[in-house]
Amino acid sequence: MKRHITATIDGEAREFLCDEDQTLLDALRDVLFKTGTKEGCGTGDCGACSVTVDGRLVCACLVLAAEVEGARVETVEGIAQEGELHPLQRRFLEQAALQCGICTPGFLVAAKSLLEKNPDPSEKEVRFWLAGNLCRCTGYDKIIRSVLDAAADLRGESG
Amino acid sequence: MQYVMATTVEEAVALLTEGGVDAFPLAGGTDLLAQMRVGRIKPARVIDLKKIPELREIVEAEGEYQIGAAVSGAELGEHVGLRARWPGVVEAMELIGSTQIQGRASLGGNLCNASPAADSVPALIAAGAVCSLVGPEGRREIAVEEIITGPGRTCLARNEIVAHVRLPRPKPGSGDAYLRLIPRSEMDIAVVGAGVALTLDPDGTCTACRVALGAVAPTPLAVPEAAAALVGRRLDEAALAELEAAARAAARPIDDMRGTIVYRVRVAGVLAKRAAIIAAQRAGE
Repeated sequence: MKRHITATIDGEAREFLCDEDQTLLDALRDVLFKTGTKEGCGTGDCGACSVTVDGRLVCACLVLAAEVEGARVETVEGIAQEGELHPLQRRFLEQAALQCGICTPGFLVAAKSLLEKNPDPSEKEVRFWLAGNLCRCTGYDKIIRSVLDAAADLRGESG
Repeated sequence: MQYVMATTVEEAVALLTEGGVDAFPLAGGTDLLAQMRVGRIKPARVIDLKKIPELREIVEAEGEYQIGAAVSGAELGEHVGLRARWPGVVEAMELIGSTQIQGRASLGGNLCNASPAADSVPALIAAGAVCSLVGPEGRREIAVEEIITGPGRTCLARNEIVAHVRLPRPKPGSGDAYLRLIPRSEMDIAVVGAGVALTLDPDGTCTACRVALGAVAPTPLAVPEAAAALVGRRLDEAALAELEAAARAAARPIDDMRGTIVYRVRVAGVLAKRAAIIAAQRAGE
C-alpha cells in the first residue's frame, strides 16, 4: 500500500505517495524527481545523499520517506536562491573542488549545515565535520579550502 | 513492508508482539536500514519509536539523568548538563560514525545492536548505567553490562525494548572518560575501547571506580579487578600500573583485520590507564 506524505521540501509544500519501505533518498529521486541528491553507497558510509531533516544533517538513504511526514527537508536543490549560487557553490566552482561531481551535493549540504552552526570553523573542524563525506577524486584539500573561503565570504571577510 | 508509529512504549510492545518475528523496532535506523538495504533483514513491519516521549527525552532529577533510548548522538552532545556531568558517556556516543550518522544513531540502538566494539557501551558500564526495559510482561530494570550476551545478541526477551538508560547521580569529586583506538582519526570501528568512571576524595584517594573495555571480548566487559587496583589509593604510578596489568589480564580478544591479539591486549592496558588519568583530572575540576 502507498503512503501519503506531506512535507516541506526545499521550502515548498509537497505531497507525494511512497512505498512504506522506500527510503527518503529513493522518494526524492524517483517520486519527486529531485535527482540532485545522489546515491553513493546506500548504507550511510559515503554521505553523497546528505540532506537535512528539520535542520538535522542525515543520510537520506538511512531515513524512510514515511518518517518525514510533516518535516522540513532541505536538499542541494534548495541551496541556490532565485538563480543565485550560494557562496559554497561559487567557491567549489572557482577552486575546482570537484571532478566527477557525485559527492558534491552531499558536501554542499553538509558544509552548509556546518556553517549555519559554526560560521568560523577551523580547518580541523571542517575536516572532522565532513569526515562522513567521501570523495574519490579531489584528495579533499580543494574542498576544505573552498568551505573555509565560503565561510569567510559569508562572514563578509573576503578581500 | 508496513511502517507504523507508536506513541507510547506499551503501544510499541503491542505492535511488535502483533507483528510477530518479522517486526522490528526503528529508532535511528542506522543499523536497521543499512541491513535492510543489503537484504540481511526483511521486515514485514517496522515500528517507529521516535514519537514516544519517554524514548526521546533527556530528563534530570536530583542529579540523576534518564536518557531515552532513541535519543541521537547529536542530541546527547548538545545537552550541556549531561556533557558537564558525564563527559565520558557523551564523548563515547559522539565517536560513533559521521556527523550524518550522529544525527540519527541512538544510544539504545548502539546498545541493542550488541557489537563487541560498540563505543557507548563501555562508557555506560563504567558510569554504572541501569536500563529500563519494557516488554509484554511489563517493565524491569537491568544493569547495562547484563544486556549484551554475545556478538549481536542481547538478554532482551522477545518483543521487549529498551525504554531509557539511567545514569546515577555522581558523588562530588567524580569524573569519567572514554578512549578508543582506531588506525585513523574518524569513521572506524574500535580496535580497543576503554571507559573509566571514578570518585576521588579531597586528598586524591580513589573511593570508587568502575572500568570497562570494548572490542577485546565477545561482549563489552566490566573489569572490576582493574577498578579494584585504584580503590583506596592515590592514582600514583604503582596503582596505575596495577590497573593497566589488570585490564590486560581481562582482555581476551580475537585476531582480525583491525588488530592482533597481542596488540589489542597491550592497547587495552594503555587505554584503561590513560582513561583513568583523564577521569581523575575531570574529577578534580
